[in-house]
Amino acid sequence: MKISYNWIKEYLDLNVSPADLAEKIERTSVEVDDVVKPSDGLKKIVVGHVLSIEMHPDSDHLHICQVDVGEDEPLQIVCGAPNIDKGQRVIVALPGSRIAGNVKIKKSKMRGVPSAGMICALQEIGFSDDVVPKEYADGIYVLPADATPGDDVYDYLGMNDSLIDLDVTPNRGDMLSLNGTLHDLAAIYDRPVTLDQVDLKEAGHAIEGQLAVHVDADLAPQYRMRLVKQVKLAPSPMWLQVRLWNAGYRPINNVVDITNYIMLKYGQPLHAFDYDKFAGQDVYVRTAKAGEKLTTLDEGEHDLDPQDIVIADDKAPIALAGVMGGLSTAISDETVTVAIESAVFEHDHIRKAAQRHHLHTDASQRFERGVNQAGVQEALDAAAQMMNELAAGEVQLGSVVGSANIPDPAVITITLGHINAVLGTDLDLTKVTHILESLGFDVASEGETLTVTVPVRRNDIHIPADLLEEISRIYGYDELPTTLPTGRMTMGTLTSAQKLMRATRHSLEGLGLNQAISYALTTEDKAKMFLMQDSETTQLAWPMSVDHAVLRMNVVTGLLDDIAYNSARKVKDVALYEQGRVFYREDGTDRPNEQEHIAGAITGTLMPAGWNQPAQEVDFYQIKGIVEAYLKDMAVNGDVTYEANTDMPEMHPGRTADILVHGHRIGFMGQVHPTIAKQFKIGATYVFELNLQAIIDMPKQENQYDVISRYPAITRDIAMLVADDVTNEQIVALIEKRGGAFLQSVKLFDVYDGVKVPKGKKSLAYTLTYQDKNETLVDDAVTQAFEKVEKRLQDDLGAEIR
Amino acid sequence: MSLKDKLSELHQRGLAEIQKSSDLKDVNQVRVSLLGKKGPITEVLRGMRDLDAEERPKVGAFANEIRDDLTAALTKRREELENAVLNARLANEKIDVTLPGTPVAKGEPHVIQQIIDQIEDLFLGMGYQVLSGPEVEEDKYNFEMMNLPKNHPARDMQDTFYITKEILMRTQTSPMQARTLEKHDFSQGPLKMISPGVVYRRDTDDPTHSHQFHQVEGLVIDKHVTMADLKGTLQVLAHELFGDKFDVRLRPSYFPFTEPSVEADITCFNCGGKGCGVCKNTGWIEVLGAGMVHPNVLKMAGVDPDVYGGFAFGVGPDRFAMLKYGVDDIRNFYLNDVRFLTQFTKKG
Ligand SMILES: [Zn+2]
Repeated sequence: MKISYNWIKEYLDLNVSPADLAEKIERTSVEVDDVVKPSDGLKKIVVGHVLSIEMHPDSDHLHICQVDVGEDEPLQIVCGAPNIDKGQRVIVALPGSRIAGNVKIKKSKMRGVPSAGMICALQEIGFSDDVVPKEYADGIYVLPADATPGDDVYDYLGMNDSLIDLDVTPNRGDMLSLNGTLHDLAAIYDRPVTLDQVDLKEAGHAIEGQLAVHVDADLAPQYRMRLVKQVKLAPSPMWLQVRLWNAGYRPINNVVDITNYIMLKYGQPLHAFDYDKFAGQDVYVRTAKAGEKLTTLDEGEHDLDPQDIVIADDKAPIALAGVMGGLSTAISDETVTVAIESAVFEHDHIRKAAQRHHLHTDASQRFERGVNQAGVQEALDAAAQMMNELAAGEVQLGSVVGSANIPDPAVITITLGHINAVLGTDLDLTKVTHILESLGFDVASEGETLTVTVPVRRNDIHIPADLLEEISRIYGYDELPTTLPTGRMTMGTLTSAQKLMRATRHSLEGLGLNQAISYALTTEDKAKMFLMQDSETTQLAWPMSVDHAVLRMNVVTGLLDDIAYNSARKVKDVALYEQGRVFYREDGTDRPNEQEHIAGAITGTLMPAGWNQPAQEVDFYQIKGIVEAYLKDMAVNGDVTYEANTDMPEMHPGRTADILVHGHRIGFMGQVHPTIAKQFKIGATYVFELNLQAIIDMPKQENQYDVISRYPAITRDIAMLVADDVTNEQIVALIEKRGGAFLQSVKLFDVYDGVKVPKGKKSLAYTLTYQDKNETLVDDAVTQAFEKVEKRLQDDLGAEIR
Repeated sequence: MSLKDKLSELHQRGLAEIQKSSDLKDVNQVRVSLLGKKGPITEVLRGMRDLDAEERPKVGAFANEIRDDLTAALTKRREELENAVLNARLANEKIDVTLPGTPVAKGEPHVIQQIIDQIEDLFLGMGYQVLSGPEVEEDKYNFEMMNLPKNHPARDMQDTFYITKEILMRTQTSPMQARTLEKHDFSQGPLKMISPGVVYRRDTDDPTHSHQFHQVEGLVIDKHVTMADLKGTLQVLAHELFGDKFDVRLRPSYFPFTEPSVEADITCFNCGGKGCGVCKNTGWIEVLGAGMVHPNVLKMAGVDPDVYGGFAFGVGPDRFAMLKYGVDDIRNFYLNDVRFLTQFTKKG
């Protein structure tokens, strides 16, 4: 809502600049989007009097005008506007002037004829197309005949006003009006405010007998109408047009303008019907019937819903109540009798109707938030008074009232002690009472207990907490003390799960992976890839796009999307991890289970090439090294083993392993299947994904000191040929099992399957380290143990020792 | 020539020879020739038996003095020569120290994670718990228990991804507050918590909107918690995240779950409060919403609003990161361009 600084000043004696006023409003009541002075940025734009016009000799639409701009000699200006005419007062941008968009106007020639400046349309000096009166939409604007040539045009057009654009929160419907804003400002600045009183002159006949209304009071708690006859439709006076266009409304004619003006002033949406177009003399407020249609003022055609509230005559709906009037009864140039409607409609119906018909109007916005239910009649009377004064209308005697349920004012009891206890202040009774009274609330106090009666216009205030807000904002948030909560001590510690999640991130970052945060909403296809357990998908009911329509059931695809994004931008070396939830849903349930996962993906090189080290492409063993180091950091209790998995459809069948702890599968790792990689438009990529929740839940090894032996260790190397299908894990397991009491470690140091190795075989070499913690080992003991291992390798695994 | 004179002469000659030696081998030869068992000093000392008993100790002492001095000179010369050898070698080992270091693999935490961790650490230090709830929530916890009954107009403010009529992607992390309030045993102490996490809104992604973003909401409920405490807490938060020179101010606002409701602004990063385009010439930038918990929220969670009360606040780490680092497009946080992820390396 754009509110006029000048309009406010007509009622409140304020000695503050528009910027300061806006700041005060923002600090005390509602947000301010901006403050605009329409004349800002304009220069040398004055009233001109068109003394004569003649056709341009070389053009069929240009006119050569002699224009009096208050100087000794008239200016010659070439003008192409179709509506230019002799005698008009017009807007002239002088040579050297600046018009909208910071455009500079210079002397020029138009088709050979000198032109000293420009005659302007309203749009050219910054008016929005939406507010320019229709008759001037495609031409220059014509100022009132009494405008003085040479004067700046700004005051004539209200452009020296400042317009404060309020972004009113949903609870403050009262601020969507001048009067509501004035009430708040009166409290903020602690000044009295006197609002206009209606002084209505009725004439003609009683409205009864001319108009009857039949109202469902559940739909419209208040419904009131007046009838104004013999109206003379005309453009509104300049001051009214200025008020409207400065508030963002296009002036149309005096009757329609009055309804908009009253809405701006009182916050009460009104509707003006052409009474003579009613079928009959009865008006109904009811819900729409099946199959009913309505063409609204904006010429939109609507199939009405049985939940829509409509205003209807004897035959058909004539308005979508509280949203927009109908075209069939709209005010037109022929209108002579106006029925003015002032009502309160049930907000929920209005909100839904506005949504259903995509008609979010200023009226519907106000009804949704609630209008001043104590001021419905006053707004109606004020409108009738203006139609009498500005359109010479004869206001018929009385109003018809179909419903008149005005709510009782809220009465709230609050104690001074409570106020200070919640705000942390030390306010006294006088101060609090004064603040509440300055807002227009009635306060009765007994001891420290205040009984506050809140005017009906403040429909946001019902409970003591609401009063606390009023007191604190008017008192000023800057005035509140600044303290921290006291009271009983509490411990602030992370849970062990939270600690492990932090440790997970630190571990993987230490291993060279950058943390990614990808979208959890993805496509159905991607959601279903890399599944670690069976699950139904979870779909959004109304997704914004198919790309983000289904909850992920894996983290890896998000990382592959990230790699694709990098790859498309020529970033080829990518190492990422992500910690986040996957969503598994069981058939027959609505809500998925959320499981914490950790996943990583690497492509290109992990260790970038340097001048002293070549790039090393990532491979299976790189991702495995990361997983091994990470699981070591997490200290899960139990053997970690890796088993080839040839069955995951998205993974390379020969380069994928399940990750098991103590025999339980907690994840997988390996190379993304080349077909899938191609689908994502990425190169060779290695990934892992682990059920982090399982890791969190597993027992952990505590750190423990192990005495470091003072006695020397003895190492023995063993190289062997084994069949291709014998795994490293089998060999190591056997060596560890048969290695004897002094075997400390087994370390693979060479794998060879080149030309020197017979087909179907491979060569592996290990270093075995022996040590006795209590004395120096003798060579013989080692040799004995070593030979035993050699024999078992030959017997059990068919190894050929080399 | 007396023995003493002989020794003096040997001393002078020895020192000269030591000084002349040009490598470690020379030094060794000089040592053997001067101090060895067949060396001249030993020879001279053999002549001592011819001296008076009175003279003998004096000459003996003199001889030892000379031997010690020569030994020290030898050691010194050897060290000099060793150093020279070492220095020559080190001079040969000279490298270009301006060549880049050998690359190491190193990953960075996500910038939003960094901000969340910072907020968590701050509030842990003030005795808060960190609680994270489900991302797929019930309408009841996300809205109804937050004092947003069905058909509440403010539901339009939070366009929601529904899964079914009652199940939705949480639009805020405050449902965790409702869940915790329901369970908290106030006889064991106040409730002080923050709930960080991912939230979802039905928005089209563009530079300033993301259908997925983060929130950290905080809640303190006890018998005597004031709005002044809220103000102080927000100030501590702003100082921790942005620095001491940033001021905080409160403005009235509206949230269904708090009353009074406020928005907090901090001093504009761009202009330091003087006013600029970024802050629309106000000198302030809106960073978070907060307020005193609405009595209905307490009531619905089974907490007596006549006894207990407190404050809640909600901050957006995405917005914080955008403000703090001047990130101009929120989508950067979720596209994971490595060149973006590795920009925020300052630790601590
Ligand atoms: Zn600024």
